[in-house]
Formats: sequence, structure tokens, C-alpha cells
Amino acid sequence: MSEQNKTWLWFHRMGSPAYFYNFAGLLLPWCVIATVILMLIGLIGGLVYAPADYQQGEGFRIIYVHVPSAWMSMFVYMVMAINGAIFLIWHIKLSDIIARSSAVIGASFTFLALATGSIWGKPMWGTWWVWDARLTSELLLLFLYLGYIGLRAAIDDRRVAGKAASILALVGVINIPIIHYSVVWWNTLHQPASISKFDNPSIHIDMLIPLLCMALAFKLFYLCILLINSRSELLEQEKRTQWVKELVTSS
Amino acid sequence: MMEFLHMGGYAGYIWSSYGIVMVVLLLNLFFSWRRHQTVLRRLKQLHSSGNNES
Repeated sequence: MSEQNKTWLWFHRMGSPAYFYNFAGLLLPWCVIATVILMLIGLIGGLVYAPADYQQGEGFRIIYVHVPSAWMSMFVYMVMAINGAIFLIWHIKLSDIIARSSAVIGASFTFLALATGSIWGKPMWGTWWVWDARLTSELLLLFLYLGYIGLRAAIDDRRVAGKAASILALVGVINIPIIHYSVVWWNTLHQPASISKFDNPSIHIDMLIPLLCMALAFKLFYLCILLINSRSELLEQEKRTQWVKELVTSS
Repeated sequence: MMEFLHMGGYAGYIWSSYGIVMVVLLLNLFFSWRRHQTVLRRLKQLHSSGNNES
């Protein structure tokens, strides 16, 4: 069989709810193990091995939870919006399930980015909060998530709820480049990016490696939550089908 | 060890940030997992009771 056929076969199978359910179940324990290992490496590296910052002293260590949370708040939103678009255009149910499963964890990451940023801001800027462009647009992101969750909860019909929420998510995408470029477009208190300048990263390698480990750990953690939630959603959505019946009565 | 926990005077800020992150992440994991178990249990009841009404 050619490679292309194999790929198509895989896509075809993933479209089958029973197959996806089992695949997600097999992937989950590995995903949890990888998350724990990476997070331990990131925590030890970030809290112990990384040298203290020359300006911020030990206080800079908050970035190891703040920056991954902030990255994930935008990443999860994009996953939600793209799957919303796929659901609107091609009516693929799995996309709606992925979008629905991402909302609460995405809102959590956004909350964590704001909370840890605020805790960092107190000793460094001397204030918990300023209405600057980066902070305000990130707060708007939190409200978008909450609106998304509320909208879904308010509509009983799952299909209608999915469509309405997807439209909301797509309209809100405009906020993502605003968050990203806010530090460039406006003269804000928030510092500009140090990591994405890959040609000349302005961060020491011993500081960078734990940060990348934490970022990957957060991404994998999101995947764990996504796998668990989408399995629950899938069971709910397919509860009348034969495969679900066989699954729940056999165990 | 005390020096490590002290974090050069930033102890309160650092440990509260790490604490809040761990608590929120673990709560997400807990509620997702509990919900999955609840769904499994409910569907088991639905199918084993023999009626397909509810």
C-alpha cells in the first residue's frame, strides 16, 4: 500500500468515533507520563539550575509558569477557532468536540497568565495591574473564553450551540494578533518578546531550556485534558450507538 | 535549603505563582477525569436497565 493510501486510511479511521475513542485512550497514559517528566525537568531547571536574572534577581523565575500559560492561552484559542471554522464549513463533529473540550482549559491558562503576571508585576513594576495594551487584550481573551463557555451552556441544542460558539470564536480571533503585537504597536509597560527572536535570542541558554521544557509540558498537559474531555463528549454524543453500548456493558 | 525557599526575598511571589498554577492545572485534570467516570457510569445504567428512553 502506498504511503498516501495509508495516510488516507488513517484519516478515515480517525473519522470513526469508536476508533478515535480507543486511540485517545491508548495515547492518554503516555501523554500523562511525558507531561510529568517534562514538567519535573522544567521545574527543577527553572527553580534550581537557571541562574538568577541580573535585573530581576530570583523573581524572574515566575516566567517559567507565566510565559507557557500565556502562550497556551493563545494556542488553545486558535485550536478552538480553527476547529470552529472546520465545524461550520464541513460539519465535522469531531472538530466541534475538540473545540468544546478546549474552552475550560483555555480559560484556565488565560486566568493563570493574568494571575502570575499580576504577581510578577507587584515586585517588578510596583503594581498588580495596569491598563496597558498587553494586559487589557489578554483580559479580553479571558472574557472571550467565558462568553464562549456561557454561550454553549445557554443553548440546549448541541448543533446550534456549536455553530453560535464557533462564530463567536472566529470573531474573537482578531484579538490574537492584537495580544501578540501589542508590545510592538503600543508603548506598553509589558516587555517585548525575548524568545521568538531566534536569530539572536536575548536569553541565556540555561534559562531558555527549562522554559522550553515547561512550554512543551503545558502543551502536553493540554493534550491530556483534550483527550479525556473529547472521550467524554464523544460518549455523550454517541450514547445511543452500538459501539457505546458494547463498550459500557462489557466493562 | 532555607535559602532556596527564601528565593532572594521573592518567596511569597514565586511560591504563590507556582502554587496557583499547580492548583488550577490539577483541578482541570480532576474535574475532567471525574466527568469521564460519571459519563461512563450513567451510560452503563442507561444501557443495562434495558430502556432507551431517557
